[in-house]
Order: sequence, then C-alpha cells, then structure tokens
Amino acid sequence: MQEQVIFAGFGGQGVLLIGQLVTYAGMIEGAHVSWMPSYGPEMRGGTANCHVVVSSKEVSSPLVTEPTSLIALNKPSLDKFAPWVERGGLIIYNSSLVESPPERTDVRVLAVPANKVANELGDLRTANMVALGAYLATTRVVGCDTVLDAMKRVLPERRHNLIPLNRQALARGIEIASVWHSRDPGEVSGAQ
Amino acid sequence: MKKVFGRPEALTDVPTHYCPGCTHGIIHRLIAEVIDELGVREKTIGISPVGCAVLAYDYFNCDFVEASHGRAPAVATGIKRTLPDSVVFSYQGDGDLASIGAAEIVHAATRGEKITVIFVNNAIYGMTGGQMAPTTLPGQRTTTSPRGRDVESAGYPIRVAELLSSLSGVAYISRVSATSPANVTKAKRAVRKAFETQIQGKGFSLVEFLSTCPINWGMSPLEAMKWIDEKMSVYYPLGDFTRVPEVG
Amino acid sequence: MGEKVLMKGNEAIAEAAILAGCRHFFGYPITPQNEIPEYMSRRMPEVGGVFLQAESEVAGSNMVYGAACAGARVMTTSSSPGISLMQEAVSYMAGAELPCVLVNIVRGGPGLGGIQGSQADYFQATKGGGHGDYKLIVLAPASVQELMDLTITAFDLADMYRNPVMIMGDAILGQMMEPVIPGRREKADLPPKTWATVGAKMRPKNVITSLSLDPAKLEQHNFNLGKKYRRIADEQVRYKTYMADDAETLLVAYGTCARIAQAAIDMARERGLRVGLFRPISLWPFPYDALQQTAEESLRVLTVEMSLGQMVEDVRLAILGTKPVHFHGRTGGMTPTPREVLDEIERIVEEGI
Repeated sequence: MQEQVIFAGFGGQGVLLIGQLVTYAGMIEGAHVSWMPSYGPEMRGGTANCHVVVSSKEVSSPLVTEPTSLIALNKPSLDKFAPWVERGGLIIYNSSLVESPPERTDVRVLAVPANKVANELGDLRTANMVALGAYLATTRVVGCDTVLDAMKRVLPERRHNLIPLNRQALARGIEIASVWHSRDPGEVSGAQ
Repeated sequence: MKKVFGRPEALTDVPTHYCPGCTHGIIHRLIAEVIDELGVREKTIGISPVGCAVLAYDYFNCDFVEASHGRAPAVATGIKRTLPDSVVFSYQGDGDLASIGAAEIVHAATRGEKITVIFVNNAIYGMTGGQMAPTTLPGQRTTTSPRGRDVESAGYPIRVAELLSSLSGVAYISRVSATSPANVTKAKRAVRKAFETQIQGKGFSLVEFLSTCPINWGMSPLEAMKWIDEKMSVYYPLGDFTRVPEVG
Repeated sequence: MGEKVLMKGNEAIAEAAILAGCRHFFGYPITPQNEIPEYMSRRMPEVGGVFLQAESEVAGSNMVYGAACAGARVMTTSSSPGISLMQEAVSYMAGAELPCVLVNIVRGGPGLGGIQGSQADYFQATKGGGHGDYKLIVLAPASVQELMDLTITAFDLADMYRNPVMIMGDAILGQMMEPVIPGRREKADLPPKTWATVGAKMRPKNVITSLSLDPAKLEQHNFNLGKKYRRIADEQVRYKTYMADDAETLLVAYGTCARIAQAAIDMARERGLRVGLFRPISLWPFPYDALQQTAEESLRVLTVEMSLGQMVEDVRLAILGTKPVHFHGRTGGMTPTPREVLDEIERIVEEGI
C-alpha cells in the first residue's frame, strides 16, 4: 500500500491539519508516513497544501508529484493539482466552492458540498473534516477512530472542545461517500 | 624594604608594542590594578579587538579571547551567558567599536549585558596607519581625509558615550582621559566603578578613554596630551553619563 | 527506546540539541528554519539553558564563538543568506579550533534568492565558505530521524576534534514531518576542555586566538590543522547505499535528493533497470574511496542535486575518469521529480552513455 495524497485549499481552510491527522493516524497504525507542507508568503491568504505519504514500506520521496488522491477545497487548488493525479486515482473536491467538476475521465471524482454541510452543522470551519470523512470512507487509508485519536494528540488541549463537532462532520463526510459508493462501485469513471 | 610601586598581578611581565606617548599602556595598567584590587583575576576573561590592542592578550595575566573586528561585545555576550559568575571585559578601539562593531555594541548595551567595555577613542585608525575613524574630529587630517574631515561628505564623529547612554540596559557610562595625574585618578575610579557595576549585576558598563596617537597625529607625546585637553575634550566632554531609567 | 513522535525536521534538530546537552543557543530569524529558534525559546528556559535572539547572524555566530570559548555546548542555526553572514565567525572558530554545531537549512540562492529547498550551498559548506585553509565536518541527513540522530552526533564530533560541525539540511527536510524515535546520546569518550577560557584559577592563563603574525608559526598551525583534517577523513566517512550491489547505473545523491532518487530507482527497477543509489552522509569528509569501490562494477554514474552541479565535482574526483559521470539538477528552489530522474536514467541507459 502506498497512498500519496495532496490536501489543498485556501489558507485557513485547515488543509494542513487534515493532512497532519492522516499522517498521525498512519503512524499510530504502524505505517510509514511523511507530511510536507507548503509554506511562505503564498500561505498568507493564498493557497495552502500539504503532501502526505502513507505507505507499508519506507517513504522514499516526501514530495508527492503523482498523487493517488487529491482533496481540493477550492477552485485554484483543483485547477492546479487535478492534472497531477495518477490514472485511476481519486479526486475529492469541494462542490460548494467549485461549480464544474474537473475535466478528467481517467480518475474517480467525488463532489462533496463541504461548506454546505459544515454550515448545516453550524460551523463553517468543519468543512475540512467533511472532506476528510469522505476521503477516509473512500480510501480506508487509515481508520476513522484512529483519526479521532490523532485529533486528541494533534489539537492543543484548549481546542479539544471541538472534537465532538469534528466527529459529526467526519460522519457526514463518510455518509456522502457511502451514498456515492452505493451508486458507483469505484470503477474508473467520471462519476460524481 | 617596602615596595611602593610594582607590576599588578593582572599584567604580564612583557614589554608592550605600543608607540611612545600612546596611553594604551596606562589604560592597561589601570584595568589590571582594578582587577587586582577587586580580587577577580582568576575569574576574569578579557576580549581583545582588532586594532592596536589586538595583542592585549599578551599583556594581561588572565584568560583572554581574541575577537574578530567589532564583534567583541557579541563574543563577551557568549562568554558571560555561559559563565554568569565570571567578570568579562572587552577592550576596543574606535574603529572596532564605533564603526564595524556599531551594531554589536548598541545591542549588547541595550540588552544590559553584564559586561564591561573599555573603549579607547583616539580619533584615528592606529594599526592600519592613520586613516579616518568614526570619531575623527571635523577638519582633522588623516591619511584618508588628507584635507581634513569634511562633514559634508564623511559625516560627523560619533559620541559613543552619549549615544549609548540613551539605552535603558546601560547601568554606567563614563568618559575619561589619561592626560594628567588627576585625570588618571578619575579614570581609574571610573574603571573600578564599571567593573563593580558588572559584578553587582546592575547591567552594561562602559568607560570611554580619550587616548593619544602621537605617531599618526604627527605630534609629540606632550602635544598629543594637550590636543586631547584642548580639542578632543571639547567635542567629547569628560564625565559620567546618567543612566536613562526604564520607562513602563 | 522512546515512543515514536511525529516531528517537524526543524523541531527534531532543536530537540536533538537539547538531548545532546546543548544549553546555549544564539540565532536570528530567517525562513525556512524559524521553527528552530522558536522551539529553543520555549525549551531552553525549561532545561535551564540560554536562548538569545541576536541582532544579526554576524553577532549570533560570534556569540557562539564566545560561548564555545567558555566551554559550552553551543549551536546556531540559519539558512543560506544568514550562513553567508556567519562565515567570518566560522573561519575564526575553525582557526581557533572551537567546537560548535551550525545548521544550514538551505534555500535557493544566490543573493536573497527564495525560500524553497535547495542544495546550492554545497561548495560553501564543504570547500571553505570563509577565508583560510580549513574544513568543517559536514553532515547531510535525509530524514527527520537522521536530522535528530546526526545533530546529536554532531556535538560529540565537534568536541572530539575541536572543530565546527555543520548539519546541512534543506527547506524540505526542515519543514516536513516524519515519525521520530527521540535519540539518545551515547556516552562518548571526549577530551576535557582544558583550553577553555573560564578564568585562570590555579593554572596559567588560557588564550584563544586565531591571530599568528609569524608566518612560520602560522604555517605550522595550518600543518597541524591539516593533520587533524586527515585524521577526520580517515575516521568519519559516512554513507549509505540502496540497491547498489548489481547497479549498472549508480545514482549519487544526498539529503532530499537521495529520497527522490530512491523513488526513481524503485520505478526503474519495476521496469527491469539495474539502478542503485550511493548516498554520502558526510559531505566532508566526502566518501571518495567508498564511492569509487561501490561504482566499480557500474557502467555509469548519475549525480542528482538541487543545484547547478556542485557535489558532482567530488563524484568525478572519486570516479577519476574511469566511467561517465552524468548530472541532473534542478535549482533555485525547484525539486527534481522521481519521474524526471527516471527519464534521465532511461535516456542515458538507452543511449548507452
């Protein structure tokens, strides 16, 4: 198993965090992992992304140039990284902020209305968790419970009050992915 | 027979390389006497500059470090932060301290580093052969200001004691000279106070000596002493500079 | 063995220094290594150590000089432009034989350059940088675990040889997170610092200087340094290989590039190409003999760097014209991808060069 994923979005959407949660959970589950963030001026109000590798063998390159999965929470990130995704890979995008799906027919594409769901939950900041839930349910790269465990370790103590809400958001993301899976058994197609 | 005058323990028995009429020798001796009187020779670490006093480590009988040009206050900081109970002094000329090392001295002072700086201002670069210093007086001739320092082009000399005394980390600053027995006595009192300030943990201390450079000034030793009293002391007044108290 | 923790490379360096007994840190902020001074500013007071943000890299490195004179285990960290400013103190410390650890989280240059990862400071680190005949021990980690382990080692090497040691990382290694088992310092047999200027109590005074106006004496000092450097070259060569035994094409890369090269090798092997990796860990002393021996059966060598080609000169010195030495590099903060390295491998294999 070698999952190479890019999480991308606006700075402040929490893409570095969900990347870190997957990395941490992978470590807890005994996988080899790495996490590489973008940094610098482009982060301030611009786009942010991180490269995550979860693998059953030692991680060679921590830089992901041919991702198996892309989680794009805004349009600029989808435009930038969608062409990078390897054939047969997965693209999850935030359909609340992106009107048209990526023009790729050789990958699986899942539209997740992350902002809409997060607003329904009463906190727009959980949009990243909705997308993460959909990603976990689709790839099963790490367990959802392990991610919640990782959350306790990654989030500072004063933020632990957010964990129940994040759990709900993850669950909604999982639900969306499950509905999609029941319609599409995961073949290589342009389903959405 | 009672010995009334001898070499301080904190000086080595080595003839110095300083030129005739230069007051580096007197300043060395005053520091050494103060170190002896305070009984701190065994825990004193000196730092020599780049400039005429680069070989000061040969003349003082205590642990010594030679610093790169202008960085003595940074080196002193590293030593003092490692050995807080030691007594650390740097010995720096005007080019070293007020030109290339201007940043280091200002920041060591404003941090209130518990070090003592002996600043020897002779208004000229001695070792390299008499070029203009940041403290060269307006109109003063040097090998790089052959028509006299033109303030329009070269700017004005820096008054280091005044400049640094505006900083809250500074506990004691004094400007002295060694042009007469009375001035030497005052100078020694200032050096002693500076070392005591450090030992008492009060903050940064500095003594600025107005010093001679007869060779590069083109004067006899006596003329040089007179030039300090009549010219340098006017631009650079002698005395203590009050500490500015921390606001807020 | 401690528990695995997920750490940023920069934080692993900082914690490693604490674990190695470093209690004095002087530094100045510069991207992409700011996590190190930030970590130290939190951590040093907890362990009774000193953190001081200097007014410049020039001052910070001279504070390191002072603390090293006083016998401290001391470190400073910076990135390329800041390391250039430190070269004065580096030369003085090498000349005065002072132990200290320097970290360069390299970014793209020249000049102010950029803030993305680079390896363009190889020459500066291994061939001089400052003035005079001197050498730094230069270690190049390729993972967060190695950043930690080699930083701990660096302090012992510095004390053992009375020499500055540089950890040469890059922005990618500094920023990335990987699981780390906190290292432990093995008790090394280190010489006592009888030379330190800590006060001349019950002994003659100690003087630390790099000044020597008599050229005959200065030459002798340089000869002595040369002898020490030869001893280090005999004792401290470090490298690793990956699938190198049967490699017809041998890649040479260090740090982040070695990780990328490894990914390219995996892809090449899947295509049936016999490709392997030689990874120098000590950039100085460079593993000339080991590389020459490893490459003995290979048909060609391909050096991969994040620079216009700097280490490749040492690779050529090791290979001594016995076979072609190719080069593939990206620079200015760009990183080679495994795919483009694979393309280069396929090209030189196909052309039989």
